[in-house]
Amino acid sequence: MQLSELHGHKQYADRAFRGLALGAAGLVLLVLGLIAVKMTQRAWPAFGLGFFTSTQWSAPDGLFGALPFLWGTLYTAAIALVLAVPVSLGVALFITQVAPPWLKKPMVYLLDLLAVVPSVVFGLWGVLVLSQHFGLGRSFLTAGVILAIMIIPIIASLAREVIETTPVADKEAALALGATRWEMIRASVLPHSKGGIVGAVMLGLGRAMGETIAAALVIGSALGQITLNAFAPGNSMPAVIANEWGEAREPHRAALIALAVTLFVITIAVNLIATTIVQHSMKRSHGT
Amino acid sequence: MVVTVRSQTVRRCVTESGYGPGMTKMILISAALAAICWTGCKKGGSEVTLNASGSSFQRQFQEVAIQGFTKTTPGVKINYSPGGSGKGRQDFADKVTDYGCMDGLYKEADLANVKGGPFLYFPILLGAITVSYHVEGVDKLQLSAETIAKIFQRDIKKWNDPAIAADNPDAKLPDADIVVAHRSDGSGTTEQFTKYLDAAASGVWKLKSGSTVQWSADTQAGQGNGGVAQIIKSMKNAIGYVDLPDAKAAGLAYATVKNQAGKFIEPSSASASAAGEGIDVQDNLTYVSVNAKGDAAYPITAPTWCVAYAKQTDKAKGTALKAYFKYMLTDAQARIKDINFAPLPKSLADKAVAQLDKIQVP
Repeated sequence: MQLSELHGHKQYADRAFRGLALGAAGLVLLVLGLIAVKMTQRAWPAFGLGFFTSTQWSAPDGLFGALPFLWGTLYTAAIALVLAVPVSLGVALFITQVAPPWLKKPMVYLLDLLAVVPSVVFGLWGVLVLSQHFGLGRSFLTAGVILAIMIIPIIASLAREVIETTPVADKEAALALGATRWEMIRASVLPHSKGGIVGAVMLGLGRAMGETIAAALVIGSALGQITLNAFAPGNSMPAVIANEWGEAREPHRAALIALAVTLFVITIAVNLIATTIVQHSMKRSHGT
Repeated sequence: MVVTVRSQTVRRCVTESGYGPGMTKMILISAALAAICWTGCKKGGSEVTLNASGSSFQRQFQEVAIQGFTKTTPGVKINYSPGGSGKGRQDFADKVTDYGCMDGLYKEADLANVKGGPFLYFPILLGAITVSYHVEGVDKLQLSAETIAKIFQRDIKKWNDPAIAADNPDAKLPDADIVVAHRSDGSGTTEQFTKYLDAAASGVWKLKSGSTVQWSADTQAGQGNGGVAQIIKSMKNAIGYVDLPDAKAAGLAYATVKNQAGKFIEPSSASASAAGEGIDVQDNLTYVSVNAKGDAAYPITAPTWCVAYAKQTDKAKGTALKAYFKYMLTDAQARIKDINFAPLPKSLADKAVAQLDKIQVP
């Protein structure tokens, strides 16, 4: 084969690849945009009239206020974070700093595996074990605990990846100066990985807010509850949508779609912030 | 985004220049998958498939009817997806399904969105909704509509309230708080139960009628009839509305309810059928079956219909559809008592069968 023929073949493939990749990216943006536009269109009638301030949710009266569900989503996500972050950080630090090599690989594998278990499995476990057997009942707390279990693998595995990038030189410098293992972690690992860990936590937060089936099964489905009492039953946006969609008639449907749009916006915002922070932190650690 | 890709095949594709063995493997696998999908998608020979969705109230009946029908009529496959009456209405209007089943009718405003043209309502069965309870020492409970309304909207909070005692002069009612159980999910059962309260306790019931209503915050919510039954069974002094088959399956005690004629009637297949005798049927075979007239009628009897387009577009499907509907309205009616629902009164079933002639098959 002549050199010029080989060269031409590669150029064509290169351009085709660029076009395909651009097309794929464009398609994703287009679909996202279409989803946002179409859903907002259908949800529009529900958005006025105190949608974000009212606590009433009465389908026959046509009164829809999302405030209690907004509270429920944020409150259960907060409980989940409070429980999940220390555990995830602990797991990540254990795997990277403390675990012997023969334990490290299977643990990483196990962690990634947990992240792909469908949420309905955790939800069912929550109902049968936490809610009934341990008598936690159906409440904000039970939902928060289930969500925590679901987001630990995500946060832990991303935190682990970030922590792994800590330059060995920094760690060894700390140890050489006589630091204990914990002091070394505090001095060289954590400052380096701070940004990435925050990003990981926010990604976990995004996931916690969107969990549907697990939340719907254990949150208690109570209306109008805005309370700090974690043992009270409550409700969250995805749970309401999942529960009420099948039988809903029109103004009710618009309100449920409006809930979905609200969730969409909040989750995208959280994910955007998180991705920016993670990218920023990765850039710094890789020096580019 | 977090899961790092470790696939050996992809790694080989990426690292080797040009089309190595990894790439060939991937192409072969994709081609095989495509071939499988293609053959699967092609319409298999002479088999007709009918798709349907809707009321979960009817789920059990549809399962029994489909089983019976497909055994006697080979070459027909029917899929019923119980996603709720709302979904049933939407899917049928969008022509996603061949027939839909629903406990509530289309509203005037929604009729414009039905894409397949004029359609026909076919009543299918009647179902009793019980007011089940769990109170120790109370085997028999009698309730009137006003009392039920006040209990469920939390005007009455204790079991030994004078209103309940008035309905039950002989019962030993405890001085205990009532735990009210209702549905957490949108439900046709809720819609019919609240419709009954709207009709029978009209001055008293404030929450109106719908697939979900604004229950008071100090109540319990369960998923599905089974979920509510479970709450009633496990919590002392609980009361809730559960359809008869689920109440029986959970072994719950249920109240006798006062009907329009002033008699306290126990929910059963027979009393629901009796309610069927006393309903005003419109020309298009729709009706309201709650709060029915008649001495033996159970007042909380829920209706349910299946709908089909008057002008069928596919000959094979249309013929199968008509045959299945006929089966539901004739042979399958005999099996309804076994699942604790009530068959249609004969006159109504006959009217429905006669309406089948209005379906035109090309």
